[in-house]
Amino acid sequence: MIAAATTDAFLERAPVLLRDAVTGFLPEPWRTLVNALIAVGLILGIFGTLFAFITLAERKILGRVQNRPGPNRAPIPFINKRFFGLSQPFADGVKSLTKEDIVPRDADKVLHYLAPVALLAFSILTFAVIPYGRNLVPVELDAAVLYFFAAGAATELAVFMAGWASRNKYSLLAAMRALAQLISYELPLLLSWVPVVLIAGTLSTTAIVDAQAGWKFGFIPHWHVFTPWGFAGFVIFMVAALAESNRSPFDTPEAESELIAGHLTEYSGFKYALFFMAEYFGMLALSGMAITLFLGGWRSPLPFLEFIPSYLWFGGKLLALIFGFIWIRATFPRLRIDQLTRFAWKFLVPLALINLGNTIVWSLMSNSSALMQLARWPVCAAIILVPFVVLGRKLSAGVAPRIYRYA
Amino acid sequence: MLGSGLIQGLAVTAKNLVGSFHDPARYTNVEYPEVKTKLPEAYRNFPFLVTESASDPMGTLRCVACQICEKECPPQCIYIEKSKDKKPDATGKMQLFPAVFDIDTSVCMSCQICVEVCPFDAIKMDQVFEVATTSRFEALLLNRNQLAKPNTYYHSIHPTEAAEVDGRLAAERKAAEEKAKAAAAAKAAAAAAPKSATAAASATPPSTTPTPKPPAAPSAEAPKPPTPAA
Repeated sequence: MIAAATTDAFLERAPVLLRDAVTGFLPEPWRTLVNALIAVGLILGIFGTLFAFITLAERKILGRVQNRPGPNRAPIPFINKRFFGLSQPFADGVKSLTKEDIVPRDADKVLHYLAPVALLAFSILTFAVIPYGRNLVPVELDAAVLYFFAAGAATELAVFMAGWASRNKYSLLAAMRALAQLISYELPLLLSWVPVVLIAGTLSTTAIVDAQAGWKFGFIPHWHVFTPWGFAGFVIFMVAALAESNRSPFDTPEAESELIAGHLTEYSGFKYALFFMAEYFGMLALSGMAITLFLGGWRSPLPFLEFIPSYLWFGGKLLALIFGFIWIRATFPRLRIDQLTRFAWKFLVPLALINLGNTIVWSLMSNSSALMQLARWPVCAAIILVPFVVLGRKLSAGVAPRIYRYA
Repeated sequence: MLGSGLIQGLAVTAKNLVGSFHDPARYTNVEYPEVKTKLPEAYRNFPFLVTESASDPMGTLRCVACQICEKECPPQCIYIEKSKDKKPDATGKMQLFPAVFDIDTSVCMSCQICVEVCPFDAIKMDQVFEVATTSRFEALLLNRNQLAKPNTYYHSIHPTEAAEVDGRLAAERKAAEEKAKAAAAAKAAAAAAPKSATAAASATPPSTTPTPKPPAAPSAEAPKPPTPAA
């Protein structure tokens, strides 16, 4: 974290000021170390708590969508008040901690133990480069976006590790299938953010957020999502993020109603909870990166709303995206593995490549006359919309719309 | 276009999510242990013994220990012991009462045959369903104190059926009173005029069967009864 600019409002500087007040009396070499440790502790604490309450919010929202109340029974200990079941995540945590941890006799004990730990560690690593607010980025890296996706891709290793170490052929098959899915969607995920790097001209997350500063006509923010290529990139990114974080409708790796948890079959107790924690951390990190790349990072959408501190804007956008994930889970049924990979390779990857070319057209047209400035909107929108419609028609010909004769 | 179905689906779930907060037609849950739905009147489960008064249940049991239900019960879950003494029943007649009346609810199949055969409207079907106990034997064998429930409770669970039973019992009580009155009058008449034995013999038939007589008189002409009524 770099020092706060003195011009900002007090609330904006409060987190950094508070940290400096705590570590200010330490000698210089110690200060950076303690500052880093505080950042790590804060990320673990905040995202750990967020994970706990997102699981509750998810169950509540899913319940409401299905016209039932969701978990509302867990009381607060000692005072015995329910408060809508707010203590449910802690009850779940205690439950998974006290459950028996079963390791299969023939399993590779070291790898079996290491897989959830590695998965969680790689998930947490990705939190390091996300700018959570003005001057609030744990690690300032020049190639932060590259680092983020490198750390994110390493989680696939842990998934296969889990399947392999269980010494269960179904776990192994499921892990291979999970790997097929994750690698398939890695490509559109990576291709979808390349346009942002092209336009911003940098791989640093703080610089990408800075590139989205300001408002057109005073009320349209310069966020990347408000351009044709940015909107397409955002949608592709979110679809690929759904698949990367094993979320419905792409949750084939551990489809609970069809498989016995896939590569997690041989995991129980707290290790199983760690896998879930890593999944939610991955979802949170990808949402945070989507905000940074496309939704203007921690910037407020309108000029007069700037009095609200930047970290609250980031948090609000994060919760909105998480709600989107939950909404999608509540709506769509699961895809088959062949539909899933076909969707990635035949639809998302070509579209992402076209979008890359689209961005080049956009940036080339930006340097010319005012007429060209205006003309690039319909041109770029057409460049991405026409392939979307044509590809969609072609891929779904003979398959969709499906007629359910016996339903 | 590709994706329009997805948006339609999202709209459906969003409507459900918002509707569950304000639309009672979408959100019909009842949180069971605290709130209970009203059971339908026809619901029945396990018999109970009707008493006239809630304050003195054992003194006002309608049951006269006739043991018909005990004999009719298909799984043989009723056990009755008759009392040695008698006390007045619902119609004021001196009757026996059950000294012991046990129903083994682990055996009872809620068939309602005991209710069908009871000539005294003394056993009726209950609406209990929370019958879990911590013991397999004693707690499932209900004695007469546990089985006895007041008539007001019967009214609260099966209102129409209870009203019909009450009306019938009141009519029977009235008929019994009239019969007693008529018998007393006949006795008094017989005491006043003991010499005319034929008059006393002709006075008794109308008091014992008062109902078949009135329709017998106007049966000769059909349109006659409506005219005095109108």
